[in-house]
Amino acid sequence: MSTVERWVLVFESVSATLAAEQALKEKGIPYKLVPIPRHISSDCGVCIRVDAHQRALAEEVLAGRVRVAGVHRLPDSRPRPS
Amino acid sequence: MEEKLRIYLDNAASTWPKPECVPRAVEHIIREAAANPGRSGHTLSIEAARVIAEARRQTAALFGISDPLRLVFTGNATGALNIVIQGMLGPGDHVITSAMEHNSVMRPLRAMELRGVEVSVVACSADGTLDPDDVGKAIRRQTALVVLTHASNVSGTVMPVSQVGAITSERGIPLCVDASQTAGCLPIDVGRDGIDLLAFTGHKSLYGPQGTGGLYVREGLEARISPLAMGGTGSASEREEQPLFMPDKYESGTPNTPGIAGLLAGIDFVASQGVERIREHEMTLARRLMEGLAAIEGIRVIGPRDPYHRIAVVSFTLEGVEPSEVAFRLDDEFGIMIRSGLHCAPSAHRALGTFPQGTVRASIGFFNTARDIDETIDAVASIAYNR
Repeated sequence: MSTVERWVLVFESVSATLAAEQALKEKGIPYKLVPIPRHISSDCGVCIRVDAHQRALAEEVLAGRVRVAGVHRLPDSRPRPS
Repeated sequence: MEEKLRIYLDNAASTWPKPECVPRAVEHIIREAAANPGRSGHTLSIEAARVIAEARRQTAALFGISDPLRLVFTGNATGALNIVIQGMLGPGDHVITSAMEHNSVMRPLRAMELRGVEVSVVACSADGTLDPDDVGKAIRRQTALVVLTHASNVSGTVMPVSQVGAITSERGIPLCVDASQTAGCLPIDVGRDGIDLLAFTGHKSLYGPQGTGGLYVREGLEARISPLAMGGTGSASEREEQPLFMPDKYESGTPNTPGIAGLLAGIDFVASQGVERIREHEMTLARRLMEGLAAIEGIRVIGPRDPYHRIAVVSFTLEGVEPSEVAFRLDDEFGIMIRSGLHCAPSAHRALGTFPQGTVRASIGFFNTARDIDETIDAVASIAYNR
């Protein structure tokens, strides 16, 4: 278990999320597709989770390619499996 | 009993056979991953959504579209054309099209005419050629759209899309191109050709399954095009209004995931062969067919002679024999499948002087061979001599 700080990048659609995934994959930035946390949106889709130290790089890669609808820090009070 | 020869020359209606990778991809996704793409967060839903995302990327790459999210999947080219024509035009607007259009353009335009849209149909020459300057001359202050086929499904005539695109771009009028007959067998680059809206089908020269197609919308134009269908998109679910962003604005309801998986396989096949190489193969056979047919007494080959101005769709008439009779005898006596009649394009036949009787149309695909062509020429000659 770890309490590493993580962020999620939320997009306006699944298509946009997967376009973002492709961009991160191409640049070799580690990420995980996860359900959008309930406290962020009631939407039923997925978003992209990255570790805090990758966040700036991820946003830089996506700039001008896919519109990021929101960037949220996950509450680190809840440890997650690393 | 001797097995009857079977030659398929109706590729302009739908290509057959498909590359083996296409049925395999359709079967694979139905068996392994046909969940509802992106409607849920689970593995199979994401896997299905990834297939559609990859299909969007590959399709976009084929047409020189830099942002795959500008591409909407539809059920066919007709669906894409209807989104544009019905969603963009309103009373008082003026629209320009050519005389060579298919009914997938003509019928929605005529329906819009009844709703107060003015339609100008630019005349074409007897071989289906369009003078781009005639489009320029038809432009008025109220012109809201130009709709143009990339190549005629009757005469095979290639339209001067990039020249028209240069005119419409300069005048700031959106150009919508119907690439039903060309996507996959004639190079298309939306930027180079000045195309603002591109409607295409998946089951012809992209070798995908029927029930697939799409629409490219240039950035910003979606603000001017209302969606025809609204509903669930898997996005912005908390809102009861249709999302305004691409591609969700025009992609309501569960998509044809198995079809799109097959389309992706078809596009992979086309990309691996190369559009230029496919065109070269088809046009070599088309030249062979045109020359062979032209040597038969009573045959008139329709459309341009110059292979650079046409695709491998070869229409012809046989003096004294109805096109439907020629088609029936080719199938019945020789196992050769072609199409006769008006090909859903009465306006084009009027321009070509073949209305109302129509033509016999042989359309060549990647899998046709020189032997198919020679057998067809012999069969037509036999019908001509036994009139």
